[in-house]
Amino acid sequence: MDKIGVLVTHKPLPYLEQELTRRGCRLFRLWESPESRRLEFCRENSSEIRAIVGNSNFGADAATIDALPKLEIVASFSVGLDKVDLPKCKERGIRVTNTPDVLTDDVADLAIGLTISVMRRIPSADKYARSGAWKKGEYTLTTRFSGKRVGILGLGRIGLAIAKRAEAFDCPISYYSRSEKPHPNYTYYSTPIDLASNCDILVVACALTEETRHIVNRAVIDALGTKGVLINIGRGPHVDEPELVAALVEGRLGGAGLDVFENEPHVPEELFALDNVVLVPHVASATIETRTAMADLVLGNLEAHFLKKPLLTAVV
Amino acid sequence: MATTTCTTNTPKIEEKPKVLVLQRINAYFEGVLSPHFDLIKADESSLPIPAFLSTHCRHIRALLVMAPIGTFGSSLLDQLPSLGLIACTSAGVNHIDVDACRKRSVAVTNAGEMFTPDAADHTVGLLVDVLRRVVMADRYVRNGSWMLIGDYPLGSKVSGKRVGIVGLGSIGSHVAKRLTAFGCPISYFSRAPKPNYPSYTYFPNVLDLARESDVLILSCALTDETRNIINRDVMIALGKDGVIINVGRGALIDEPELVRCLKEGVIGGAGLDVFVNEPEVPEELTHMENVVLSDHRAVTTPESFKNVLELAIANLDAFFSGKPVLSPVSC
Repeated sequence: MDKIGVLVTHKPLPYLEQELTRRGCRLFRLWESPESRRLEFCRENSSEIRAIVGNSNFGADAATIDALPKLEIVASFSVGLDKVDLPKCKERGIRVTNTPDVLTDDVADLAIGLTISVMRRIPSADKYARSGAWKKGEYTLTTRFSGKRVGILGLGRIGLAIAKRAEAFDCPISYYSRSEKPHPNYTYYSTPIDLASNCDILVVACALTEETRHIVNRAVIDALGTKGVLINIGRGPHVDEPELVAALVEGRLGGAGLDVFENEPHVPEELFALDNVVLVPHVASATIETRTAMADLVLGNLEAHFLKKPLLTAVV
Repeated sequence: MATTTCTTNTPKIEEKPKVLVLQRINAYFEGVLSPHFDLIKADESSLPIPAFLSTHCRHIRALLVMAPIGTFGSSLLDQLPSLGLIACTSAGVNHIDVDACRKRSVAVTNAGEMFTPDAADHTVGLLVDVLRRVVMADRYVRNGSWMLIGDYPLGSKVSGKRVGIVGLGSIGSHVAKRLTAFGCPISYFSRAPKPNYPSYTYFPNVLDLARESDVLILSCALTDETRNIINRDVMIALGKDGVIINVGRGALIDEPELVRCLKEGVIGGAGLDVFVNEPEVPEELTHMENVVLSDHRAVTTPESFKNVLELAIANLDAFFSGKPVLSPVSC
């Protein structure tokens, strides 16, 4: 990939940066420019940029694509492609790749971990144990996870991995999907509200599209109810965030484990005082093992493209 | 203040059997038990315990022990000559001198498997929270660091980690079932290999288990053999990325050595629900970011408490009707 200009939209994994450089790429570091200057930065370097390495925060929107006439491929360091203008890429003949499968386990692990952490109040237990306030014989009642009904929005790779884990806790599994899937052990519901009405824990595990934006709205939150727990390891915009915050603050929803937010890294401060929520900074794939595997996929896809070989994980 | 007398006559059919309680009993437990039993509450008497026992409890046949705190051994048994059953609502019975009970034909019952799902769930929760840094990441978000500083440092993958279980009993086997769904290969150390679990690898000692594991789960009873079973050699064998999760008893681990090994990076992290001298938590642990601590809450759910009380009632009913108890502790 000698001398190929690559626009990197976010501060990359050191391994990825080293490898891109080692293979001869010229890196253009978009994240180092202030937001207001980013399009200009693209235009200034447009004669060289032939590839974008994007992520879940910044991929390739229409304006960026328009500013880069030599763009041939967008290799996203994510599985979600909601930040890539796919129709525009198709129109322009630009290839788009993502990082499926390698992060499935991590995301599913975190979904279950967040669920237990919320229901058993592990972060506040940790705070209490460290505080010196723990008194002999005192205990805090928390809620059992095993056997609770788990409802999954989206039964793709990640949804199935979550289901497999939850089954080991004797949780009955139900799901909503665009169409029913051949899983006789899992109960299908044809609307998100029906799913929310019939589960104790609702997990968002679908792709973010125009149809799924705010799929978790006020009505779904009400259906999940005062004992219900929402786990979001999808995208912030899957959930109507102000409605979620209001429901949690007012006690109309039992709890939430959130990895993603509508406007990262902004997290509604009203949530900070609540001990029935667990908040993590978009870390569902954030392990050294998985990020390295994701980097290898990005590198593999870029190399395949510039060597005119078949792409490894093309979406467009 | 209630005064109670133990009658020397045969109790009338409608009198509830008497059960001695030496610890403070909470309202919930009392509410569930008192319809079935006449609870003789030592802490409501103005008499000191020895006097209370000698005055009121010569004919007491059953003792209820709730919190696994204190010691229940020969000196107490000597003051309860009619005792036939100690019914515990905890899983662990290291606070009961089971040998002394056996010598006096006093049965001991415990929580059986009633706490198992919650204990297993809490174990998995602690493990994910340690490896994926969930507790520290949650703090990072709440103190504004995500906005100010940027991305949180990477954690370590849970799926596929080699899990070594010390004590493949009820809790250990339930943990194994859960972590198998995470793609974790399971090994274990137990007093003897378990033919029911052919897909789990047996190791004849903890040191070998630690050598071949990334994670050690402690889910065995505390006995003379298992006290300090996790010592420095075991932690060195586990290695610098290794993680220990303890939901058994604090004294399974050499606690000062654990603190040293965490400080020195001999092991990578720990998730601890129990400590040697609860509610004291070693001060140095409270400053570490690679540990997750909890206040012995592995089993404090309404489901567990309801189930354990039902079991205690069933054990006591069986005993008072001359039938075999349901969850005897095997010595």
